Amino acid sequence: MSTVAIDLTCVRKSYGDKIVVDGLSFAVASGECFGLLGPNGAGKSTIARMVLGMVAPDTGKMTVLGEPVPARARLARARIGVVPQFDNLELEFTVRENLLVFGRYFNMTAREVEAVVPALLEFARLEGKADARVAELSGGMKRRLTLARALINDPHLLVMDEPTTGLDPHARHLIWERLRLLLARGKTILLTTHFMEEAERLCDRLCVLEAGRKIAEGEPRALIDEQIGCQVIEIYGGNPNELSSLIRPYARHIEVSGETLFCYAPDPEQVLVQLRGRAGLRLLQRPANLEDVFLRLTGREMER
Amino acid sequence: MREGYAAVMPANAYNWVAVWRRNFLAWRKVALASVLGNLADPMTNLFGLGFGLGVIVGLIDGTSYIAFLAGGMVATSAMTAATFETMYAAFARMRAQRTWEAILCTQLTLGDVVLGELAWAATKAVLAGTAIAVIAASLGYAAWASIVYSIPAIAITGFVFASLAMVVVSLAPSYDYFVFYQTLVVTPMVFLCGAVFPVSQMPSAFQRVAGLLPLAHSVDLIRPVMLGLPAGGIGLHIGALCMYAVLPFFLSIALLRRRLMR
Repeated sequence: MSTVAIDLTCVRKSYGDKIVVDGLSFAVASGECFGLLGPNGAGKSTIARMVLGMVAPDTGKMTVLGEPVPARARLARARIGVVPQFDNLELEFTVRENLLVFGRYFNMTAREVEAVVPALLEFARLEGKADARVAELSGGMKRRLTLARALINDPHLLVMDEPTTGLDPHARHLIWERLRLLLARGKTILLTTHFMEEAERLCDRLCVLEAGRKIAEGEPRALIDEQIGCQVIEIYGGNPNELSSLIRPYARHIEVSGETLFCYAPDPEQVLVQLRGRAGLRLLQRPANLEDVFLRLTGREMER
Repeated sequence: MREGYAAVMPANAYNWVAVWRRNFLAWRKVALASVLGNLADPMTNLFGLGFGLGVIVGLIDGTSYIAFLAGGMVATSAMTAATFETMYAAFARMRAQRTWEAILCTQLTLGDVVLGELAWAATKAVLAGTAIAVIAASLGYAAWASIVYSIPAIAITGFVFASLAMVVVSLAPSYDYFVFYQTLVVTPMVFLCGAVFPVSQMPSAFQRVAGLLPLAHSVDLIRPVMLGLPAGGIGLHIGALCMYAVLPFFLSIALLRRRLMR
């Protein structure tokens, strides 16, 4: 087993005049969680589909689990588990039948599937639901079943396209906890997300995308330190122009987005002193996060 | 580019079975309603036309009209069952239900999925066609043993029409377009291909057209067997049907690749 799970070199894809992936290169090491972070339309899903061999790049070279993709993508897919952006479970089948049918797609026998079902259900916290119809499950349970289904072939690599989009916070945290467990077991994860928090919590490294181009790559903490490296004060209310000229001498950098002013300040106390006593302002002081990195790199906030 | 097409062809001789078994499991849950739905239409035609027109028509080629019609209805019901299973059910699995999307994330290829769908549609054609043959035999319009001989012909008829419908599926933007195929291709074929009256009744130009259509070859294989008559040109009929099964199969894979994997 090579130590590089996914290797993309100068991959480019366009539909007509629209360039979706623009000369992208990155490598994912075995055992790491690599995030593709970007707003809707940044090309994340297209890249995930390319890795699975379901979209052929116009130019560039891709290797996944040692197989050239898309030419030999089938052999790579035999060792990949996929959590798609939208659930595509069999709603009329029971939980057990879903796993059986999916196991057969990997040429597993009914006996082989039966042998792994208990462990998968336990992992997905669906122990009591083996014979429930999928249509009766909650959204969070369906996502966990999709995750269990992705593990049926004991994959080396998991490709997850927005795995927690549309889930409530409780369900989302449960998925995150399960994913950390998988990483601890040595699985490799390629994760696309537009949740900064998700990327920050899970990813060892990530690639920030905008309009199909890589605009930054690295460890989440390193990216934050490198791009921001100080505290952030969010200021709501008031006239952003007037306020920014007032605090500019004390700020390393200021961004205005909508009605919010982001002030990146090495010494936040100085800024707060300037603003003290002003009516109608709401202030929030916090450590910098990936959201700020994205704002800094693109000049705009990530849509949610 | 050629490499791209090679990667979506069926990967081996057995991967499709998993898709067939998925459809079988889904069908088992609604089997009764499904069987009734598949049988009602050809039965109505057989008895309605057979008894109603039979009185007026009298004998055709020395057999009663209803016995003549039985072979045509077996072929027609196989055609309809395979066509509808592919156009509506398989299209739903490709689009709304996202079943194909899930399967294509496994080690199966697009060709495996298409082959599994065609085999499943052919299975439903065998069920529908055989059921009509059983009813005809139990009423004395066909020999029981003839059912066994006609099953391979029914199966290949199912494959042919599933394969043709898969091309329609690969091109149709939505369900609304299926009605064109149904009214402009499928229904005229019933009348052109000798299912309800002998092809020899038509002007010679129409007869030549009929000779090119797949349903005519199916009818010419199935009817003589059911009537216990000697059949001619078996090799030609089987050859023509194989062409109609295989060429659209590869064409639909190529078209679906462009549609789904871009």
